[in-house]
Amino acid sequence: MAYGRFEAAGMAPRRHRAIKILLAGGFGVGKTTLVGAVSEIKPLRTEEPLTESSLRTDNTAGVERKTTTTVAMDFGRITLREDLVLYLFGTPGQERFWFMWDELALGALGAVVLADTRRLAGSFPAIDYFERRDIPFIVALNCFDGSRRYEKEDVRVALDLDPGLPIVLCDARSRESAKEVLIALVEHVLSVADEPVSR
Amino acid sequence: MPSNDERWLDAEAGPVVRPYALTQGRTRHAGEAFDLVATVSATHGRVTDPGALSPEHVSVLHLARMPTTVVDIASDVDLPLGVVRILLADLRELGLVAIHAPVPTKPRQVDRNTLREVLHGLRAL
Repeated sequence: MAYGRFEAAGMAPRRHRAIKILLAGGFGVGKTTLVGAVSEIKPLRTEEPLTESSLRTDNTAGVERKTTTTVAMDFGRITLREDLVLYLFGTPGQERFWFMWDELALGALGAVVLADTRRLAGSFPAIDYFERRDIPFIVALNCFDGSRRYEKEDVRVALDLDPGLPIVLCDARSRESAKEVLIALVEHVLSVADEPVSR
Repeated sequence: MPSNDERWLDAEAGPVVRPYALTQGRTRHAGEAFDLVATVSATHGRVTDPGALSPEHVSVLHLARMPTTVVDIASDVDLPLGVVRILLADLRELGLVAIHAPVPTKPRQVDRNTLREVLHGLRAL
């Protein structure tokens, strides 16, 4: 029996409070590692019909049959309480799978953009995506062994981030560190929840 | 005992049946859309036509005996999310499962008490 399910037999289907958090970032930045460090990791595949926009990027011109694509996703769950579960979704890094992002982003509490200081440009698309959709996010710098340490403020300038946007240093392999990243995100969401919605 | 035709296939070969063969080629489900983290629960209604259910429908229904989410079911039955959604929509049409939308957590419209509970829960991990 998977834990986190409702155990009481015959219990009226109570609303399961499922909190969705997205984890984005370039390829090889440590998303899978971070999900595994902090949550019960579960396999999740999605086979989706390719949308017109992804068909264009996939260059399948002339292929008449319906095309689908299989994407393996990083998916983890953290049971905080019996009826309060946090779901972590690693967004597929390759741009051709971005048609899935909109669905993932729907109803998401917020996002963590995991960045590698050696390849900062890899996090631009994710930052741009969350900024455009007004989804609260923070940037977590995964400090690999041997990776050059930059000052957070240098990273802020390089990524053109707002002064109030939290940047945290982390070690994606460490459970404590991954936890701190999630805590920083939720604190950020709480702080921006006070702000009037700008439209 | 697998027949000779099947013996070279193992898990490494990937699914032998294309996932959408399980859904008669349908890639979109009927009825109201539902979220990845919507809660699914079996209604324990009577199956009037057992022939209408594939083994995959039965597996999904089995997992929904206790309320669980769409993604958890997809992960546990090891079928792609898109396929599981179609199977769930079929079960919903047959009145065998109910699908409840998750508590909305729109950005900037979140329930602060829930957020504090999340913070507390994370710190206690």
